[in-house]
Amino acid sequence: MAFAAFGSTAGPVEQAPRRRSWVALVLLLPGLAYLALFFLTPLVSLVLTSFQEPVEFGDVGQFQQAFKIENYATVIEAYWPHFLRAFGYAIVATIAALLIGYPLAYFIGVKCRSKPLLQAMLLTLVIAPFFISFLLRTLAWKQLMADDTPLVQALKSLSVLPADGHLTGTAFSVIFGLTYNFLPFMTLPIYTTLERLDTRYLEAGADLYASPATTFWKVTLPLSLPGIVSGTLLTFIPASGDYINASSSFLGSAQTQMVGNAIEANFLGLLNYPEAAALSVILMGLILVIVGIYVRRTGTEDLL
Amino acid sequence: MAAGAFAEAGADLELVGLHKRFPGFTAIEDLDLTIPAGSFFALLGPSGCGKTTTLRLVAGLEQPTSGRILIGGKDVTSVKSFKRPVNTVFQSYALFPHMTVLENVSFGLKRRGIADATGKAHEALRLVELDHLSARKPQQLSGGQQQRVALARAVVNRPALLLLDEPLGALDLKLRRQMQLELKAIQNEVGLTFLHVTHDQEEAMTMADTVAVMNKGQIEQMGAPEELYELPKTAFVANFLGQSNLFTGDVTNSKGDSIVVDIAGVKIEVPKDRAQRHTGEITIGVRPEKLMLHTEAPKKAPGVNILGPGRVTDVSFSGVSTQYQIAVPGIGLITVFAQNMVFGPVVNLGAEAWVSWTVDHGFGLLDEPEHTPKFSADTDTATIALQTRHELLAEIEEA
Amino acid sequence: MRFSLGKWLLPLYSALALIFLLTPIVYTFVFSFNDSVKSNIVWVGFTLDNWTNVCDAQGVCAAFGTSILVGVVATLIATVLGTLLAIALARYRFRGRSVISLLLFLPMATPEVVLGAGLAAQFLTAGVPKGLGTIIIAHALFCLSFVVVTVKARVASLDPALEEAGRDLYGSAFQVFTRITLPLLMPGIIAAALLSFALSFDDFIITRFNNGGVETFPVFVYTAAARGMPPEANVIASAVFILALVIVVVAQTTSAARRKRLARAQ
Repeated sequence: MAFAAFGSTAGPVEQAPRRRSWVALVLLLPGLAYLALFFLTPLVSLVLTSFQEPVEFGDVGQFQQAFKIENYATVIEAYWPHFLRAFGYAIVATIAALLIGYPLAYFIGVKCRSKPLLQAMLLTLVIAPFFISFLLRTLAWKQLMADDTPLVQALKSLSVLPADGHLTGTAFSVIFGLTYNFLPFMTLPIYTTLERLDTRYLEAGADLYASPATTFWKVTLPLSLPGIVSGTLLTFIPASGDYINASSSFLGSAQTQMVGNAIEANFLGLLNYPEAAALSVILMGLILVIVGIYVRRTGTEDLL
Repeated sequence: MAAGAFAEAGADLELVGLHKRFPGFTAIEDLDLTIPAGSFFALLGPSGCGKTTTLRLVAGLEQPTSGRILIGGKDVTSVKSFKRPVNTVFQSYALFPHMTVLENVSFGLKRRGIADATGKAHEALRLVELDHLSARKPQQLSGGQQQRVALARAVVNRPALLLLDEPLGALDLKLRRQMQLELKAIQNEVGLTFLHVTHDQEEAMTMADTVAVMNKGQIEQMGAPEELYELPKTAFVANFLGQSNLFTGDVTNSKGDSIVVDIAGVKIEVPKDRAQRHTGEITIGVRPEKLMLHTEAPKKAPGVNILGPGRVTDVSFSGVSTQYQIAVPGIGLITVFAQNMVFGPVVNLGAEAWVSWTVDHGFGLLDEPEHTPKFSADTDTATIALQTRHELLAEIEEA
Repeated sequence: MRFSLGKWLLPLYSALALIFLLTPIVYTFVFSFNDSVKSNIVWVGFTLDNWTNVCDAQGVCAAFGTSILVGVVATLIATVLGTLLAIALARYRFRGRSVISLLLFLPMATPEVVLGAGLAAQFLTAGVPKGLGTIIIAHALFCLSFVVVTVKARVASLDPALEEAGRDLYGSAFQVFTRITLPLLMPGIIAAALLSFALSFDDFIITRFNNGGVETFPVFVYTAAARGMPPEANVIASAVFILALVIVVVAQTTSAARRKRLARAQ
């Protein structure tokens, strides 16, 4: 299966032999050309666009190249709450997904090892959401959380929710949606590391006077760290750039808009390309900084 | 074990009526065993004989189906693994890959809150002469070094009982010898009780004070290595611990201190005190190196057994000795180990030969003959390979 | 069961997590049978009409067809390019190898909205009209990194001695590649292709920036979400789900059966 894509660098560090490098060049060239043309150049053009200024007396959406650095000041001033929400929601959703996904991955990867059929079945259930449209799943939650559903009624009767309160359109529902949508991305890489975890280390822990809880903290958790790091990255990065969950037609409202929504609205709605580009550049930069710090702090640079 | 304190000395280990059943098979059947404090005890047996299960039961990594385990007189049967005064040197070493050598060795001490864990860990590493590598990660060490770290990690806790699960299995022959000596030295130095599980008979015999040979979940025979070797009581022990020539026949009469057994018409004497049974059909045996090879019929003499004539069917030179196979009509193949006192073989392939041995070297087994293979040749490599394959297939089938 | 904190806590927790994961799927499936015309929000009644006349809803089948077309072409491009890159990275050592690895990691570390906006800005600057072609280019781009990671893991686990044996037995470099390397990599390549197709089929965020007027299935759902979702969308999603599930289960059982057969044949 394709789980390898979510795993950490598998197996021992391979020592690639030194061979005729022109063969390597032939193999590399098409892919690299594609990346240069459709990944690097767009990033450059995004940066260039972010400095553009409107054409004088031009139509909406007409811009010319300039060095209008004020675009950045403008978007930061206008959209700083969107950034805060994006990263705030993404962090909370990542933590929630970790808390849900880790025990699930542990159960499937370690506890179900003696029953391969059950293990395969449960794993299929974890990836099952991938097989059904992301948008429809999110809409399903919207409808399950709508004001007149039994769930909301029950919460109201228990006074968890005020009588005039809503579930949809709140920070809660957006974070809920983000957690839900990226949970498999959290669970799978953790599963891959835990599935390979040698239970003899746990026996060694028990042999050396460590209680099950201590063994978990001192042995299991550190050994599954690569999976946790990949999982949190695969959750945090898309969550912080997401604009579906926070959109008003899905689980969000005007009060829950994230940076993604601002980029989408500026680019596709207002045709304000420079500001959309500036927002994208800032978002990308912030994510790279956060990811860089995170990876360095957890000491897993060699994952990349 | 109380936090912050070491065991003063090794403790007795007592297994009482131990049973362990897994779904589909019984690993251990009614095992009673006492290992005195301070001894180096080896459990020897082929794979699947239940020796590793016994070790895991003692370590608390498995729960017995029934029976009791006592360490130093205290019942620990229901005590969780991490609370037992026992440490294990695992077969795979199981060194934590994310910790340095030093962190590995001090792990147990820290869990028990023992003062100066790092200092004591360094001390243990000095004992195995690896203190200079204490900052390395386990995967940066060689197999032998990892084994020594695993040993230090267990010994540093001064457990009342140290369990060794074939820890030398992965090492090459030379390193293994060196480790065996080192282990023995450490045992003498720290005076703990060692329980060593192995399938290597030579390892068991060189290292242990007492060896117990295990087969099919039960102990076949137990004793000092020399005793086990010189006087095996069952065909299994006779063939698992070294090689034996075994013959089956009826006891015809007794003659002084010996019984006389009729082996295909030849009268063979076995000392009464070296035979487990004195009547009926019994299996007797003699070690190949106790046999003398003759090219002419030897003169009959009191206190000497003679078989022959036969034909030499195989001669293989192995350095110190030469192994001969002699086919004796009506009896089968007899193996002889002869010291290489002269250059070249004493007899040549196809030659006529006789064998003789002193009556005192023979032994009589306990087994019912119909259950025992008649000749030692049954345990050749091909048979063992076949058996292993059957076991493996059964295992795969189960999984 | 020595390392469990309480025997039932973990299975129970896992069961709840799985229920959480599966609830919207069940909901979508159930509402594919809803006898509603336009907005599929309130349960009206049970009907099979949505399943029997899927294409009645305006545009849903066309959008589905577009998604399949985009998925197949983008997967083809990404799989070919990605496999070549993976082999080069795992089998050859050359200067700049780590830079290339980083370059391949970057698209995965870039939020989709940035990837989408970047490509759209690029097409805008270059004056390329957005449409089917731009969607395919965009999809192949984000699939590429996933293909490389998946296939690279497979190449790394491949014993180099097998290729050496091929050369030893008089195989030319090309023959060794087509007769040994490629067949051995096939499971990894197929897995990568399936993953890429799934990613492409479900992508909305990047598509939205580069689709022009072309409607893929997710675009259709997005637009319909605002004006009322036809139950036929649920039918298509459910059918795709069931098909994918069947493929996975069949793959798992046949591989399990093959392993068993191998064990018996020994």
